[in-house]
Amino acid sequence: MARNQERLTFPPLGQPGDPLLEVRDLHTSFRTTRGTVQAVDGVSLSVASGRTLGVVGESGSGKTVLSRSIMGLLPPRDVVRSGTVEFAGHDLTTLPPEQLRQVWGAELSMIFQDPMTALNPVKRIGVQITESIRLHQGLSKKDAMASAVALLHQVGIPSPEDRVRWYPFQLSGGMRQRVMIAIALACSPRLVMADEPTTGLDVTIQAQILDLLSSLQKERNMAMILVTHDLGVVANRADEIAVMYAGRIVERAPTKKLFANTHMPYTRALMDSIPRLSDPSGTRLTAIGGRPPDLINPPAGCRFAPRCSYAQDKCHQSEPPLRSTGEPGDHLFACWYPLSGSATVPVTLKEPPSAGSPTPSNPATPPKDPS
Amino acid sequence: MTIAADQPSEVDDVVLRVDQLVVEFVNGKKRVQAVSGVSFEVRAGETLGLVGESGCGKSTTGRALIQVQPATSGSIEYRGVALNKLSAKELRRVRTKVQMIFQDPISSLNPRRRVKDIVAEPLVIWNQGSKEEQAERVRTMMEKVGIDPDVAGDRRPREFSGGQCQRISIARALMADPELLICDEPVSALDVSVQAQILNLLADLKAQFGLTMVFIAHDLAVVKNVSDRIAVMYLGKLVEISPADDLYDYAAHPYTEALLTAIPEPDPEAGGHHVPLQGELPSPLNPPSGCRFRTRCPYAQDVCAEVEPPLQEVGPGHQVACHFPRPKASAAH
Repeated sequence: MARNQERLTFPPLGQPGDPLLEVRDLHTSFRTTRGTVQAVDGVSLSVASGRTLGVVGESGSGKTVLSRSIMGLLPPRDVVRSGTVEFAGHDLTTLPPEQLRQVWGAELSMIFQDPMTALNPVKRIGVQITESIRLHQGLSKKDAMASAVALLHQVGIPSPEDRVRWYPFQLSGGMRQRVMIAIALACSPRLVMADEPTTGLDVTIQAQILDLLSSLQKERNMAMILVTHDLGVVANRADEIAVMYAGRIVERAPTKKLFANTHMPYTRALMDSIPRLSDPSGTRLTAIGGRPPDLINPPAGCRFAPRCSYAQDKCHQSEPPLRSTGEPGDHLFACWYPLSGSATVPVTLKEPPSAGSPTPSNPATPPKDPS
Repeated sequence: MTIAADQPSEVDDVVLRVDQLVVEFVNGKKRVQAVSGVSFEVRAGETLGLVGESGCGKSTTGRALIQVQPATSGSIEYRGVALNKLSAKELRRVRTKVQMIFQDPISSLNPRRRVKDIVAEPLVIWNQGSKEEQAERVRTMMEKVGIDPDVAGDRRPREFSGGQCQRISIARALMADPELLICDEPVSALDVSVQAQILNLLADLKAQFGLTMVFIAHDLAVVKNVSDRIAVMYLGKLVEISPADDLYDYAAHPYTEALLTAIPEPDPEAGGHHVPLQGELPSPLNPPSGCRFRTRCPYAQDVCAEVEPPLQEVGPGHQVACHFPRPKASAAH
């Protein structure tokens, strides 16, 4: 840390529900040899103290780039970022790297998807946990190690006194993810970004890790952004859910509202693609045909239109804005012909990936005219 | 389709019979049993799901079925032929009938070869047909798995997403016209939306080619969707085997119950009723005495540490290895 840099000051930790993170019109693009990839295209969101926001989307929807872009973790070379990220009174997009380092780990930390590659394979886990404690809190080696042991105990690792001397390869995937959580929470951050924290883990371990995160979050009044491709993971854990598609938020609502009154056909399709235990074996799943579009050259109009069975001419021509349902509770969606009501009308999406020109089909429900 | 177990199954009906399969790995002086005496049958046209946590031996079992991993003892019979007794040459021939698709779709394809060559490989190896006939069969198969042969044929695997690579792997596995397809976690590296596409594709191809399948995964919801019967494994042992729909109505083994409740329900109103499974799988180097699940079992009693529970019938075609199987009523959700 540069000595001559002034220290950032942060307001005292707010009550649950106080504003903490406010992202406004964030754009992030990568310059590549093929052209500019607009990975995040005008995303606005907010997270309050102690609350959880779920960010859901398929691979390639820009959700991981979004979380890294909020953190300011992307390399400056060939990356263009605009918009503001206001976090506890500071705009992270304008902070110099020295000051950002005072934020990372201490106030804002991240749990990465793959705990094997995110941990340093040649350093003992104790050293990796104490690194940020010693940097931010200036503890002695001995005191820092004592708090590392306490942290490992908190994240449910048995005999933590011995395990601090272990290397990552000696731990199972679930244990490594617990170590990642211990590192992320070491300095009691206000906000933790969890990018697919349970992808690649068994369902049993996934349940353990998610339970652990929720209980630690409550204990510490910590806010969380939980990034995942599985709506099932966030259904019971997020206060609010933002669904991303092709770099944009296409629906955002409090969790219960989103499930009870889904407006965007894409959100509905994501829900329907999850195999349900209550369905008899052999039940055909409702798959979303095709893939998310190429972000170098996104389709005109609604970006989901080529895969949407409700798409009409208008959807292919003009892009629907993100607008409010008008009900209380801040339910936003971006669709010209929103689904009305709940799960009663199943969406039948195109099965074969329709390459090239999509054929508009008639919607199953009479569309509401968006006027 | 579910085949009732009380019906005497005909010999012709059984495609695969696994009896007391043991697979050991030697680690220095220590021996690790990854699979400790597993027996099951797979009947023609059915899909058997094999489910359990990482390290339970389900993938090792799958690999032993096609003898990628040699069995230490026990027998694996495909259509009455003991695979673990065959010579390398004979085994090669049988493998055209028993094919496998793997978990990581990208690393299971050779990155330097073109997609059409990857798919054509089984035909080239067995020298089936002329070059033109081979090319034609490759095209047909690629269309069947939903990959456009004109666009994709000359490309290499890195240009494709995980879901598309899995489609290519499936095409390759089906080229040799197998009867039995072993799928080792084919969808666990994929997004839920792509997972649904691949599961539907497998169901279609199964019907079209009359395949028999062994489907290995850790997510019971996925396994239940594709399987006729489900076998649950824990630390190298089979703990429960049952028709798929029965297992959801009545999970007799506490471990199966835990696996079922661990699945996140995509419904915000459903929250909070699950009993999480404590801890992780014990080391197979030193498995617990008696019932291997007892160290994590909320219902374990003294006898569980002393006597290993045998598989016993609790319903038609439904067997469980537990001293205290769950009562039927409490298993209902």
